[in-house]
Amino acid sequence: MTLSKRGRTVRNAIYCVLVYLFLFLPIAVVVAGSFNATESRPYLTWKGFSLMWYQRLFDGSQAALMEAFGHTMLIALTSTLLSTVIGTLVAVGMYRYRFRGKALIDALLYVPVVIPEIVMGISLLVLFAQAQVPRGMLTLVIAHTTFCIPFVVFNVRARLAGYDVSVEEASLDLGANRVQTFWNITVPVLAPGIGAGALLAFTLSIDDVIISYFVNGKTSVFPLKVMESIKMGVPPSVNALSAILLLFTVIFVVLTQSDLLSRHRSE
Amino acid sequence: MGKRLRGETLAAFTMVAPAALWLFVFVAVPLIYVLGLSFCGQDEFGNAVFEFTTKNYANLLNADYLQIYLRSVLIAGATTALCVAVGYPFAYIIARTSSRHKSVFYMLVIIPFWTNSLVRVYGWKTFFSGTGWLSSVLMGLGLIDAPIDLLYTTPMTVFGMVYCLFPYMVLPLYSAIEKLDGSLIEASADLGARRSETFLRVILPLTSSGIFSGSIMVFIPCLGYFFVSDILGGGNADMIGNLIERQFQSANNWPLGAALSIMLILITIVLVRAYQRMGGDMDALGV
Repeated sequence: MTLSKRGRTVRNAIYCVLVYLFLFLPIAVVVAGSFNATESRPYLTWKGFSLMWYQRLFDGSQAALMEAFGHTMLIALTSTLLSTVIGTLVAVGMYRYRFRGKALIDALLYVPVVIPEIVMGISLLVLFAQAQVPRGMLTLVIAHTTFCIPFVVFNVRARLAGYDVSVEEASLDLGANRVQTFWNITVPVLAPGIGAGALLAFTLSIDDVIISYFVNGKTSVFPLKVMESIKMGVPPSVNALSAILLLFTVIFVVLTQSDLLSRHRSE
Repeated sequence: MGKRLRGETLAAFTMVAPAALWLFVFVAVPLIYVLGLSFCGQDEFGNAVFEFTTKNYANLLNADYLQIYLRSVLIAGATTALCVAVGYPFAYIIARTSSRHKSVFYMLVIIPFWTNSLVRVYGWKTFFSGTGWLSSVLMGLGLIDAPIDLLYTTPMTVFGMVYCLFPYMVLPLYSAIEKLDGSLIEASADLGARRSETFLRVILPLTSSGIFSGSIMVFIPCLGYFFVSDILGGGNADMIGNLIERQFQSANNWPLGAALSIMLILITIVLVRAYQRMGGDMDALGV
């Protein structure tokens, strides 16, 4: 069957709408659930429109959920900061210098990316148990930083392609020290890559379920709080919090997409 | 000059050492521990004790487990195939559109990808459950008399996996298809090729790198996404991930869980090697 050009355009448009529907339907379900005035488990029957679950997020009645959410944000910020610093340094170092063991570092960088997350999770669990490190905020931050580092490195590396090291030489020749050169020359040039890497690290951290599940100990984090309550019926306060997060995600994506797009084009 | 050289060494060290140390302690050492643990036995309390044994590996061949491995491979294979089948035309359309809203189309793929996956899976659960949306709507329309519950089946698990992993297929496909030079397609048409021929002999070979990296990024994680089979499969569609999770949580048999993990690592190595053999770029796996 051959379609006219116009016919093909219409067919393509319908296909894309269906795929987007598939992608957004569960999100719509979650957002709609946040406005449900229901009080009884499993919170599925529609009892009318209400903002009460949003109010409850801030009146102290959802303390456990908000505490978990606070942990998630703290872990995401700390591990983003750590992985961005460590990842940027090593990406530049590996680009600029040749040294023994470079291939090994490269191989270790790929491990957290390709290995199933569950293996990362249990391996860290085994390490912490063996080293008798109590599981909690510290182990969560370590785990998240570990799986974020490679993504920062790849983003910075993409930006490094074609970077001319002689500008740094010039800076040194003109009397700047190495730290000044790194701050004033290297970092500004790489800023878009560092920013994209940091953003990805932050997102991966708040989204992580599997690795956190094994290293959290008694510290609750937002995704695990959701997991706990799924069997019993998730209170709409979780939906409300997710809807607020979604709003931030949309703003984030809109702010950064131009940069992401240009990166994809240049690849 | 000598001073600058010494400065170089110090600079190289400061830049590389933190990451090298971090990756060694938190990636290499834990995996070595897992390997060691997989050869351990257990005392009467279930704690791992070192006594070189291969019994954990022998236990991997348990008939119940073999069924789980088979199911895992089938679910991951079906998920990968569906992601390609649905994702390729989709990525093709949005990557090659001449619409000025192209960046919006791309953004609309990123947004769900950056929204918590567990929350989205829970959204589907609400949608499909007996008291959920789909049943209510269908009953309201008079299409069904009693609520239908589609949850807790293997197809439902595949559906959830496709949903979670779909962006990992679409994003590499998108960048591969976007790089495709349109004049090659025109040339093929000018030389008399039919559209299907152009697709099979020009477009597909030139975008296969996207299919390969997408498949790696879908198949491997799928084996370990235990929460999807847990929530949507409800214990009826257990996969290797669920089996490992259980050894470390409820069943408390860490050595067996370690042996299962080593098996998963070996599968990963084989697949990644095959990917590299086919000329796959490792950096393309970083999304």
